[in-house]
Amino acid sequence: MTILTQSSDSKPEVQTNQEEEEEHGDHRMFGLATFLVADGMTFAGFFAAYLTYKAVNPLLPDSIYELELALPALNTILLLVSSATFHRAGQALKRNDSKICQRWLLLTAGLGLAFLASQMVEYFTLPFGLTDNVYASTFYALTGFHGLHVSLGAIMISIVCWQARSPNGRITNKNTFPLEAAELYWHFVDGIWVILFIILYLL
Amino acid sequence: MTISIPPVNEGDSIKLQPKGFLRYFSFSLDHKVIGLQYLVCGFLFYLIGGVLAGAIRIELTSPISDFMARDVYNQVLTLHGTIMIFLWIVPVVNGAFGNYLIPFYVGARDMAFPRLNAVAFWMIPPAGLLLISSYFINGAAESGWTAYPPLSITTPAAGQLIWIFSVLLLGGSSIFGGINFIATILKLRRPGLRLMNLPMYCWAMLGTSILVVLSTPVLAGTLVLLSFDIVAHTGFFNPALGGNVVVYQHLFWFYSHPAVYIMVLPAFGLVSEILPVHCRKPLFGYTTMVYSIMAIVVLGFVVWAHHMFTSGTPPWMRLFFTIATSFIAVPTGIKFFNWVATLWGGRISLNSAVLFSCGFIINFVLGGITGVALAQVPFDIHVHDTYFVVAHFHYIVYGGSVFVIFSSIYHWYPKFTGKLLNENLGRIHFLLTFIGFNLCFAPQHWLGLNGMPRRVAEYDPQFTLVNQISSAGALLMAISTLPFLWNVFYSAFKGTIAGDNPWQALTPEWLTSSPPPIENWEGSAPLVTKPYGYGLDPKAIKNESTENIEEEI
Amino acid sequence: MPKSSAPLIIGLIIALVVGGILIGENINLLPVDASSNATVYDELFKVLFSIGTILFLGIVGLVIYSLIRFRRKPGQIGDGLAIEDNLPLEIFWTAVPTIVILFVGLYSYDIYDRMGGMQSLQHANHNSQQMAANQRIWGGIGSGSISANNMEGKVGALPVEVTAMQFAFLFHYPKGDILTGELHVPVGEPVSLRMESKDVIHAFWVPEFRIKQDVIPGQPTILNFTPTKPGRYPIICAELCGPYHGGMRSTVVVEESNDYQTWFEKNSKDITTQT
Ligand code: HEA
Ligand code: HEA
Ligand code: CUA
Ligand SMILES: [Cu+2]
Repeated sequence: MTILTQSSDSKPEVQTNQEEEEEHGDHRMFGLATFLVADGMTFAGFFAAYLTYKAVNPLLPDSIYELELALPALNTILLLVSSATFHRAGQALKRNDSKICQRWLLLTAGLGLAFLASQMVEYFTLPFGLTDNVYASTFYALTGFHGLHVSLGAIMISIVCWQARSPNGRITNKNTFPLEAAELYWHFVDGIWVILFIILYLL
Repeated sequence: MTISIPPVNEGDSIKLQPKGFLRYFSFSLDHKVIGLQYLVCGFLFYLIGGVLAGAIRIELTSPISDFMARDVYNQVLTLHGTIMIFLWIVPVVNGAFGNYLIPFYVGARDMAFPRLNAVAFWMIPPAGLLLISSYFINGAAESGWTAYPPLSITTPAAGQLIWIFSVLLLGGSSIFGGINFIATILKLRRPGLRLMNLPMYCWAMLGTSILVVLSTPVLAGTLVLLSFDIVAHTGFFNPALGGNVVVYQHLFWFYSHPAVYIMVLPAFGLVSEILPVHCRKPLFGYTTMVYSIMAIVVLGFVVWAHHMFTSGTPPWMRLFFTIATSFIAVPTGIKFFNWVATLWGGRISLNSAVLFSCGFIINFVLGGITGVALAQVPFDIHVHDTYFVVAHFHYIVYGGSVFVIFSSIYHWYPKFTGKLLNENLGRIHFLLTFIGFNLCFAPQHWLGLNGMPRRVAEYDPQFTLVNQISSAGALLMAISTLPFLWNVFYSAFKGTIAGDNPWQALTPEWLTSSPPPIENWEGSAPLVTKPYGYGLDPKAIKNESTENIEEEI
Repeated sequence: MPKSSAPLIIGLIIALVVGGILIGENINLLPVDASSNATVYDELFKVLFSIGTILFLGIVGLVIYSLIRFRRKPGQIGDGLAIEDNLPLEIFWTAVPTIVILFVGLYSYDIYDRMGGMQSLQHANHNSQQMAANQRIWGGIGSGSISANNMEGKVGALPVEVTAMQFAFLFHYPKGDILTGELHVPVGEPVSLRMESKDVIHAFWVPEFRIKQDVIPGQPTILNFTPTKPGRYPIICAELCGPYHGGMRSTVVVEESNDYQTWFEKNSKDITTQT
């Protein structure tokens, strides 16, 4: 689950097989992954509803709307880049380089906020409102629910960033769990966005 | 979030919890305490749900709506269904016994995430109280436990919103529980214990937790959409805005069909633990049991539309769901034949635990057979939304899950308390329950076939007599609770001392003192590789700490 | 099991099967069958009831027999037999339910087909323009049964438009522009209902016809049937639709052709004189 990278002072056996370390290993990543599967099912339900609406209720002529692609495409790029920057933060932490780690984290959070801002811009320029018709409602529900996840993620990243401060922060290369957890979550949120982008904007 | 959860078993934090009786009212992290909290809390809600059922049955003794107002009747039946499912069966067969038994079975000292575990439990009482209080605030939800829109959107909003909120809480609790069980079973197994050595209940809980984790979030999402429709007037289920009410049904049943297996798979697991002990025989067909559980889990995800045969679904869809639903009978049947084979050739002690388990088998087979009939589209078209369906699912949820819960209480009470329950009272309890139950629900099949729809407070007078018979059965069921309650209270104080292992059982929870010490075993956890090794040469069972167990009774 | 008991067991099984079939054939748990659907339905019911009885009695018999035969007698010590599996037996009891299920599935498919479930939607004689415009019509059982039931070459079913609302059914006959709260239909003639709800979901159920179809807002549904026995039968709303759900009932009056004709003329005349 954790991405192993070669670096001089990491302890690979702790990351790959935690059960041998102590009698009761640390299963929090496993728990988090299971939780994300559950969370993903919520999105799956929404997607399924949206696709069913599309299949069963053909658009009435006057409710057809055109979605602009530019902003969401930019958003996709923002999130994908932020996934990469988060990954760099993790690598920096493993090198025990808290300064760099924090910098990458800040950049990631910034990208998340940029995403949210551009999402807001999109909301205000859309030609339809929440209660116009079922597509509008579903559009806002899906993007809104995802936006909620991004906001949560941004908050988490900020906390992690604070905890990674150099002399006496909680997060060090010996305690990477909070960072890894936030990272897994963030990748998950990005993945959902890609699916969302395809289903909502491209299909 | 999961982030703040400490690594397992900070032994001290458990030892720091209040001791004695008080610990059952505290935010305890001990899985045994949490298990009993689930059990008692669930049972209290069962009594409330039962009183509501009593109100339903009283109303139905006459064909006119006289005992309560029509909208109150709808509120009562909504609360009855919701409480019985979300606050009684689901928390008890999963939360209560799962928490108590799973750590023993995998050889751990606690669940994988004790704090998450306590949080999951403590979400339940507030959710339940909120749900019940909605009745007194502005009238409870009145659109049935299925809450189909547009009805649920047009009925008074306050009650419906509270209903949604508390079901969301309960769903969240059950998701947290599910994550915990999966992690405990897969990750906390004692070294040397292989998956295929686990007692059957672990498999049942693994399957159930997969169902919980994959299906409950869909219900949560759906209910959030529903609440938007109520509060913000969005168009998800509003035809005027292009919304589609049938989409709600698909989403709802995508959760709620798996939910019926969430209610019954753990019960299957519990029966598989109880029967071998009292029959002194190994569980028959362990491997096929495991595969059939997994088959039920997989099939359980692709049958939901059998609740929607009259909703105007396309023909091919109905056919698919008919076939898929029917096929669940095959793995379920395997389990039933395995239990019968476990009884066959045993040395059966006919005690209350066994009686309730066998009552379960008999009732469930009937409920299952009517289920397979309901799965046939042409058959279901006539009886959908009638008392035939009510009879079907009470045969399964009451005759199945509730019977198993009682059986399990008789079986594990000595473990919980160190005292034995009184057998004679137990037998009286069984007889009254079994007769009352069948008297109450068997006639309802006929009612449904002959034209009595469900969820009505007034009905055609030709059904009066049969309804009164049914109500008499319900009264008998209510009475049957009395010997049980007396038994449980009396035995807790005055019961005979049970000793650590009164049934000479081989599963790990019995290889410690009763009630067990705080971290389950004084020494290290025993390695039980043959939890059902009855009738085998004791030397063949290489259980590390079973040497002191007498094979002979 | 000792060999000598084999004939006994086979005998018991045969007795069980024969008994189950006899019970299923002779039991009468259903109201009168008053539509062409109902007779087909009752066939299915008999078969399902027989199979159910056989399985139920068989398993209950086994359980009770084991409980009596293998109960611990006073003074008995020791464990039961340590049998953990038996492959032939397990294959047997996997195969039997599979076969039963396949049989039931195929049989009920056949019944479904005979009830018209597999035919494409047919909605005779309703305003076809309106039909074409509204693609979202959904059908139920019997939605295509008109042609199946009407082999004698009579074309065209009696079209009726049903509107369900809290808490009543309204029937509109496009032919005579009749609006009524009670459904009148001639015996032996196919009827075609086009149903739509004004508010919440209702369901149209006539137990004596063995048919039911939800009436859904924003989603017209159709239901076809052919009544076979004159009489008055209840129309029951079978989907929870609010406080008066239990009181939401109406009647379908199945009449001989002549009686229906008089009713039709009287009422359609009434309407025309009024307008
Ligand atoms: C614990 C709960 C539980 C369980 C386990 C089941 C199990 C099954 N249920 Fe049930 N069901 C409910 C709870 C449950 N149900 C509830 C609550 C409702 C109503 C919801 C509402 O509308 O409010 C409902 C409604 C319901 C319907 C919809 C009816 C309608 O509204 O019109 C259908 C239709 O297919 C159905 C089918 C089945 C089937 C096929 C099984 C199968 O899993 C049963 C399998 C078991 C057996 C078959 C018995 C053992 C097998 C053998 C002995 C082998 C030999 C048997 C054969 C070959 C037949 N159920
Ligand atoms: C899941 C578990 C479960 C359980 C255990 C029960 C238990 C019972 N149920 Fe329920 N029931 C449902 C789940 C359950 N039910 C669901 C999901 C619905 C559908 C709701 C809907 O349509 O939305 C339903 C609906 C339902 C109906 C149909 C209502 C309608 O459609 O109009 C009826 C009617 O008889 C009924 C009766 C009973 C009875 C008599 C009991 C009895 O077994 C209860 C016995 C227990 C006691 C009686 C409690 C102990 C006794 C006391 C505390 C003393 C006081 C007692 C009295 C005053 C009588 N239930
Ligand atoms: Cu209309 Cu119930
Ligand atoms: Cu189901």
